[in-house]
Amino acid sequence: MTSTTAASSGKRERTVTAPNGTETGPQLYVRAEVRARKGKQPAWLLAAVVVLAIACGASLAVGARAIPLETVWDALAHFDPADGNHAVVHARIPRTVLGLLAGGALGLAGAAMQGVARNPLADPGIMGVNAGAALAVVGGIYLFGITGLTGYIWFAFLGAAVAATVVYLLASTGRDGATPVKLALAGAALNAGLYSLMNVVLVSSQDTLDRFRFWQVGSVAGRDWSVILPGLPFLAAGALLVLCSGRVLNTLALGDDLARGLGQRVGLSRGIVALGVVLLCGSATALAGPIAFLGLVIPHAVRFFTGPDYRWILPFSLALAPALLLGADVVGRVALPPGEVPAGIMTAIIGAPVFVWLVRRGKGASL
Amino acid sequence: MSRTVERAIVEPERTVGALKTAKKGPQLYVRAERAAKGFNRTWLLAAAVVILFVASILLGSYTVTVPDFFTIVWAHLTGGEKIPGASFIVMENKLPRAIVGLLTGLAFGLSGALFQTMLRNPLASPDVIGISHGASASAVVAIVVFGASGATVSAAALLGALAVALLIYLISRGGNLRGSRGNAAGNRLVLAGVGIAAALGAVVNFLMTRADIRTAAEALIWLNGSLNPATWERIGTLLPALCVLLPLAAGLAKPLRLLELGDDTAAGLGVRVGAVRLGLVLTAVALAAVATAAAGPVSFVAFLAGPIARRVTGKPSLPASALTGAVIVLAADYFAYNLAPLLLDGTVLPVGVVTGALGAPFLLWLLATSNRKDA
Repeated sequence: MTSTTAASSGKRERTVTAPNGTETGPQLYVRAEVRARKGKQPAWLLAAVVVLAIACGASLAVGARAIPLETVWDALAHFDPADGNHAVVHARIPRTVLGLLAGGALGLAGAAMQGVARNPLADPGIMGVNAGAALAVVGGIYLFGITGLTGYIWFAFLGAAVAATVVYLLASTGRDGATPVKLALAGAALNAGLYSLMNVVLVSSQDTLDRFRFWQVGSVAGRDWSVILPGLPFLAAGALLVLCSGRVLNTLALGDDLARGLGQRVGLSRGIVALGVVLLCGSATALAGPIAFLGLVIPHAVRFFTGPDYRWILPFSLALAPALLLGADVVGRVALPPGEVPAGIMTAIIGAPVFVWLVRRGKGASL
Repeated sequence: MSRTVERAIVEPERTVGALKTAKKGPQLYVRAERAAKGFNRTWLLAAAVVILFVASILLGSYTVTVPDFFTIVWAHLTGGEKIPGASFIVMENKLPRAIVGLLTGLAFGLSGALFQTMLRNPLASPDVIGISHGASASAVVAIVVFGASGATVSAAALLGALAVALLIYLISRGGNLRGSRGNAAGNRLVLAGVGIAAALGAVVNFLMTRADIRTAAEALIWLNGSLNPATWERIGTLLPALCVLLPLAAGLAKPLRLLELGDDTAAGLGVRVGAVRLGLVLTAVALAAVATAAAGPVSFVAFLAGPIARRVTGKPSLPASALTGAVIVLAADYFAYNLAPLLLDGTVLPVGVVTGALGAPFLLWLLATSNRKDA
């Protein structure tokens, strides 16, 4: 018996080892490792939530005007409009909330997408969401002269939804439905086409480029409640769909044939999870612009703590992705005074070295 | 080892299919037909490359007849009498443009196919794993921060691509190389590349927001990849590089096929896994780097060429991928240079804007119409 089967299911392990009576070396070791991981996961998750809370606190307190934490607490508990510090804290609430929402959505969507496409390079963008949103925003600016963020949202969301639907439909044509390879290829190909169309507009219209380049970097700053609230129902629905699909993703990870053998309706479950992914990252992109890094990298980073079990990967991603986004936003506020570096940029610049470090010390079995 | 066993190892899926049917006659016939089909269609791609190459020289907004073309080239080589106007347009514009397009297309297509085959992932093209991003970031820094243009930008792009490739390689090696799943070093290479690509992409986007809008527009054209600055000097660096790299890739093609069976099997068949892998990485990176330096990161050619070639010829093939790359670039440039200005009031699009728009629908169509299981 190989060590992998021992790790894969506890029940089977017992039935196989019972006739033998004795346990062999490597198997014992694997079991101990699994047990150790199981014991540590809740503690790690708690730590992740603490990190997230610290990031939230920092996001309210740090900025061009630094505010002590007691004052932040005061402002939240009993708000006094006359106090300047309280006003600053209140002004920082929307971007903190947006960081939480967008970060969580992208983290969840990324983890689920890697499970659906069974490809470690699949980020939510592979469903065409970012490209669709970007093309729609460019079209909105170029054709209809849209200028404000509130205008961009609906274009972005519509573009994301249409692109993702097309990708999924294209991938599900043919005999086997949406297989991971077809999904990845269809998504990447549509991305290529959409970005090309977008660049046709950008190259020929300098005005459009001038406005678009600021949306493109992705940021949580400058959005008020009227921008955030319309996104909430979509985010909630998507999060519900994806968070409930941990078991499904675990089964899908075994491969289509095995999943089918275990009684899973592969096409249906893949479609449902994909819908959740599109809702989540479509609205996140609409709210904050395309933030490419989080959805791709956070699930990989998370696997170093959780192992391959999606029931743990999903909540960990939900906690750590917004922590990184908020942390990056905070650093971006103070990095290059008097200006701010947008969160979408700082996320990648801070996250990449951490990710590379994790990749280097990992055991290479994370894919 | 008998020949059939060897073939069984090299072509596992076909042999499994053969065992299932267990009939000698039709199976042999099918195999022969497949071989013939793949062979013919590769030649078909080659013919398409030649036709597009000739078309982009002779046709377009300035047409040249075939005898005129040879007169011009002959006059240029022997220093004879030149045809006013036509000589300049052909020798300084059309010919170098077509040659740079052909060479970069070959290089991008081959580089992408090498990465995709070696890393066993259709998404692992140089655009995805950071090589192009290294070139882009370096070139945009040169354009935006130092106000560079022309050959300096190319040199910066080449250096950037090579530096990032070295960085990714250093990160992915060392540590626990003998992972239980075989391709651990390859996986780390991809992941490290993706992380670095994200950071460099962010740097590029940030510089674009900080730059003056004119500079940003100029940088955008470079970022899309353009054949406008194609000159004989570029060919002078591109051609020798390809003369070294193409034979190298051809030599590595056979060990690469064995490597596809998994590291252990390949080692068992006498492949020096570490050395071959290093050689493949170096070749693929160098191909992408020189092509990017010559024409900018012409988007998606490296990514699209492999899958398209595979569906056209019915099997993964390096020469077919390289030819497909050349077809995409030449066709896209013909469209961008000669047809797009008619539609867009004279705007000459950078070739990279058209490659995706041309290649992507074709790949999607191939995906939608193919009903094979591995499609």
